[in-house]
Amino acid sequence: MAMKLNVNGTMRDIDVEPDMPLLWALRDELNIKGPKLGCGAGLCGACTVHVDGAPMRSCLTPVSAVTGSKITTIEGVSSSAIGRRVQKAWIDHDVAQCGYCQAGQIMSATALLQNKPKPTDAEIDAAMAGNICRCATYNRIRAAIKDAAGVAVA
Amino acid sequence: MNAPANLALSRRLFLKTGLAVGGGLMIGAGLTETAAGAEGTPAVLSAYVRIAPDGIVTIASRNPEIGQGIKTSLPMLIAEELDVDWKDVRIEQAPVDTKVFGLQLAGGSTAMATQYDHMRQVGAVGRAMLISAAAAAWGVPVTECTAASGVVSHKSSGKRSTYGALANAAAALPAPDVAAVALKDPKDFKIVGQRIGGVDNQSIVTGKPLYGIDMVVPGMVYAVFEKCPVFGGKVVSANLDEVKALRGVKGAYIIKGGQDLDGLLDGVAIVADSWWRAEKARKSLKVVWDEGATASQSSKGFAEQAAALSKQPATLPIRNDGDAKAALAAAAHVIEAEYSYPFIAHAPLEPQNCTADVRGDKVEIWAPTQIPARGLTLVAKTLGVPEANVTVHMVRAGGGFGRRLQNDYMVEAAAISRAAGAPVKLLWNRADDMQHDFYRPGGFHYLKGGLDSAGKLVALHDHFVSFGANNAAVKFVSSGAMSGTEFPARVVDNYLLEASLIPCGIPTGPLRAPQSNALSFVLQSFIDELAHAAGKDPVEFRRELVGAPRVLGTPTSDPFDTGRMRAVLDLVAEKSGWGKTKLPARTGMGVAFYYSHKGYFAEVVQASVAATGAIKVDKVWVAGDIGRQIVNISGAENQVHGAVLDGLAQALDQEITFENGRTQQANFDSFRLLRMPQATAIEVHFLRSDNPTTGLGEPALPPVAPALCNAIFAVTGKRVRKLPIDVSLLASG
Repeated sequence: MAMKLNVNGTMRDIDVEPDMPLLWALRDELNIKGPKLGCGAGLCGACTVHVDGAPMRSCLTPVSAVTGSKITTIEGVSSSAIGRRVQKAWIDHDVAQCGYCQAGQIMSATALLQNKPKPTDAEIDAAMAGNICRCATYNRIRAAIKDAAGVAVA
Repeated sequence: MNAPANLALSRRLFLKTGLAVGGGLMIGAGLTETAAGAEGTPAVLSAYVRIAPDGIVTIASRNPEIGQGIKTSLPMLIAEELDVDWKDVRIEQAPVDTKVFGLQLAGGSTAMATQYDHMRQVGAVGRAMLISAAAAAWGVPVTECTAASGVVSHKSSGKRSTYGALANAAAALPAPDVAAVALKDPKDFKIVGQRIGGVDNQSIVTGKPLYGIDMVVPGMVYAVFEKCPVFGGKVVSANLDEVKALRGVKGAYIIKGGQDLDGLLDGVAIVADSWWRAEKARKSLKVVWDEGATASQSSKGFAEQAAALSKQPATLPIRNDGDAKAALAAAAHVIEAEYSYPFIAHAPLEPQNCTADVRGDKVEIWAPTQIPARGLTLVAKTLGVPEANVTVHMVRAGGGFGRRLQNDYMVEAAAISRAAGAPVKLLWNRADDMQHDFYRPGGFHYLKGGLDSAGKLVALHDHFVSFGANNAAVKFVSSGAMSGTEFPARVVDNYLLEASLIPCGIPTGPLRAPQSNALSFVLQSFIDELAHAAGKDPVEFRRELVGAPRVLGTPTSDPFDTGRMRAVLDLVAEKSGWGKTKLPARTGMGVAFYYSHKGYFAEVVQASVAATGAIKVDKVWVAGDIGRQIVNISGAENQVHGAVLDGLAQALDQEITFENGRTQQANFDSFRLLRMPQATAIEVHFLRSDNPTTGLGEPALPPVAPALCNAIFAVTGKRVRKLPIDVSLLASG
């Protein structure tokens, strides 16, 4: 099925089955490799992208469901000031170990700050609980989010 | 091949002969490969260092990067001694070449211990060559020249030249004798000992393709590989024709494997024009399996066999000091306890994957792997091609934790590429990864400890029930052994350690701090029981047990420096306010220490336990001694945080179980990893003793689980003797 996808501000043509998950349309059809496979079941958040600004698990989202939406991946997150602040905070805090989950973490964190510019610890917990970091860099993720938000790091 | 055995062998080799771990790396290896650059291109000063005319220095990182930060920290050592500014350094992953680089390994926290001096020498040799080139050009003595920040200077004449300008002349010089090249006084370090961010951070936060899963090779197809859910089962038949008719599918193949669980096993490969189509086609795949003998094995059966074996004499003696049985009979107070811990999975977030291109007898591989050379050998042997025809490229790995010391996925990709006649990217799904792991083996310990009337530990007897390979009564499975030198061995006069083995067809292997990650729970929890039975403070009891500063064993035989352990124990007690802090209701502290991978760590956990039994970890204090130099403070603290939270996750939640020879967990709903709300505050203190620098990927992990369980006892009076912790047993009324 021929479809148009608005990815990172660019209209892209793809011709795939409507039930192909967005993750695989991005990775294998459009060669956008930032979103990652972790679980394939919406349990880990490594595949997180923004669909019209909201964080979505692309491994479970059929591509046909988002043809009319604006899709942002880690490759396009720097188009927003908040996204850029989050990326910078991730570098300043040297968050990553293996780094594999961090694209998804950054997408969730950016979506959080777009909705709640000054999140509390409880709000950070709630927004980030769906993103697994197997290396357990959580304390740095939390510090980086607070830094990007301009709230005091405990 | 068996990973721990090989590592142990290499370690012995190192200690006896001075060779670096992993096979004959001589001092100076990789230093003789010099080449001048053509016009405008970098000059090669060694296999590790290239310098471009503009002064940009490219440093090769020799080891696989799995999140331990070695791609940053080893090049820091080279850059330090080379005397270049870190901003002028670019890092690239070294090719896999054992002859040049020695064993390229992410395992056993060995890199810093074995490479700390060598990497510095690499830098210092480069610096000496650049200074020699300048001195020759200026006609002045080498001793009058100095180097700093990528510039050689001659003070009295005021002459200066950049490394970029000198590099070609330097590359034409013979590499100097490594032994004659002076290393810096560490007080002059400018890079080593700083906080240096990971070299791939910018690529990570912008989503650049870095990982094995991101590989693209021209003409590549995508593969999935279905193996028997029972380990080692064989394919009888499969509906290949039906699968081949599905959209996007380019081929389906029965791949015949061998008996070795570490190698290529039987399975069915589906190859398609996208991974999702291959994966979707798999839902239509029907395979008839010959499940084999392991189909009769289960976790329940293992537990029953352990209970039965515990009542029989042990079959494998490990260590016998004094007369533990007589001393127990004579002891004033005997404590008996049964401890057990489960199998657990590695669950790196990037599922196993590999891209392979087999053309005739030539093989090219791109893989996230912790030990590429072993994978290369496995591929060559399995495909029947010369090792010289196999090229392996290391790709940044989305986590390792020991899983990628096995290269099963690598040989699968190669076999599928050969069958398909095309480059193939094999990617496992999460269930494949969780159900075809090489698990941390479970274990059972039947302990008796004897105290004298003064509360001193005078006897310890551990009947360890572990796992042995199927049909092998005397061989522990990989990572299922226990050495006779685990503390408190060698400080208890009457000590008996013996084992019995349960036949096991389930693949096992090293998981971050192998053996130690489980034994610490047993030994440091039981020591806590003994402390309470003796009526002594758990820190004080441990101080007495550790005793006066001395080295147990010999430098070549599992040395254990009691002084170093005592020092980290004292430090963590001080920093945590042990015995001095007034804690809230239902809150307590627990302590534990462990020596592993040459690192000495003591940790205190403060935890609260609700009336429901629910546990909240409030804070963890860590005191660690890995020698006199912390190479990268930022990376080091990150590793400790990760190890501590990893250990907590294991204790709180993680268990793999088997039924009918199959793994019952398939994803992160049933095998749970730690999440943000559970991430606790961690305070890290490094004690910089005057000892060689050693590794940090592993040794911070082992103490945290027993420290938590000991804190739980402090709150509830209930002793956790089985992992993962069953909170229903902790509920009060």
